Amino acid sequence: MTPTLQIFLIVSAALFSIGLLAALSRRHAIFILIGIEMMLAAANLNFIAFWRFAPKPHQPPVGVMLALFSIAISAAEAAVGLAMVIVAYRHYRTTNVDQLDQLKG
Amino acid sequence: MNGAAFIVISILTLAAALAAATLRKLMHAALSFAVAFVGIAAFFFLLGAEFVGLALVFIYIGAVAVLIVFTILLTRRDIEKDRGFNWSGVIIAVAVFCGLTWAILKTASLSIVAPHIRALTVKRIGEALMTSYVWPLQCIGLLLTAALIGALVLAMEEKR
Repeated sequence: MTPTLQIFLIVSAALFSIGLLAALSRRHAIFILIGIEMMLAAANLNFIAFWRFAPKPHQPPVGVMLALFSIAISAAEAAVGLAMVIVAYRHYRTTNVDQLDQLKG
Repeated sequence: MNGAAFIVISILTLAAALAAATLRKLMHAALSFAVAFVGIAAFFFLLGAEFVGLALVFIYIGAVAVLIVFTILLTRRDIEKDRGFNWSGVIIAVAVFCGLTWAILKTASLSIVAPHIRALTVKRIGEALMTSYVWPLQCIGLLLTAALIGALVLAMEEKR
């Protein structure tokens, strides 16, 4: 059996849903970041799959470039997000997002 | 493209991702997160994008997973308190998955097998990055510098 594009997209959709589950149902800020990273990885998997299954190979390889830039952006997002978690913990002594409910510093 | 390898990798990836999303201990979840990204990198290798797979391993397992473990250790006092699990999130995630799967299966133009293509070498990626993608590359460099400075400024101790 050779995997078709559909199967890759379904695996990627499953990964996205698991990330969504982590982001929506956990109350810990780090878990929410993990879920967001997983959703971004599912999008990257889609980019690469669509690039590989395109009928004519592109010159330059657009899908690969998109995936590379998206990986770089999600790394930057993770760094800033984790710094924000540390700051929130230092201020409120908790990382539970339900308790971070004040706008006042 | 190998069917058996695909099945093994997808089971590994999805199981590790599910473990990362549902395990109660934060440290175990962070380690399953690393395993899930090994699986995604294996998908990239299977699809013939070796450079992106390697970049994913370096960035996610080398940097982001270590950063997550550091953050968990720095906010340790709080770890045992992760009680709340919101079940409505499960319903939404299952609904999104069913909707996406329905749309994918309904689209007939997606049931194609991979064509034979020339292997994507690092030389070609480098040429593309240095010619047609040179402005996006510079913007990414600027963004990463800004994110680095921003993370430092955020996490720095406040002067009292």
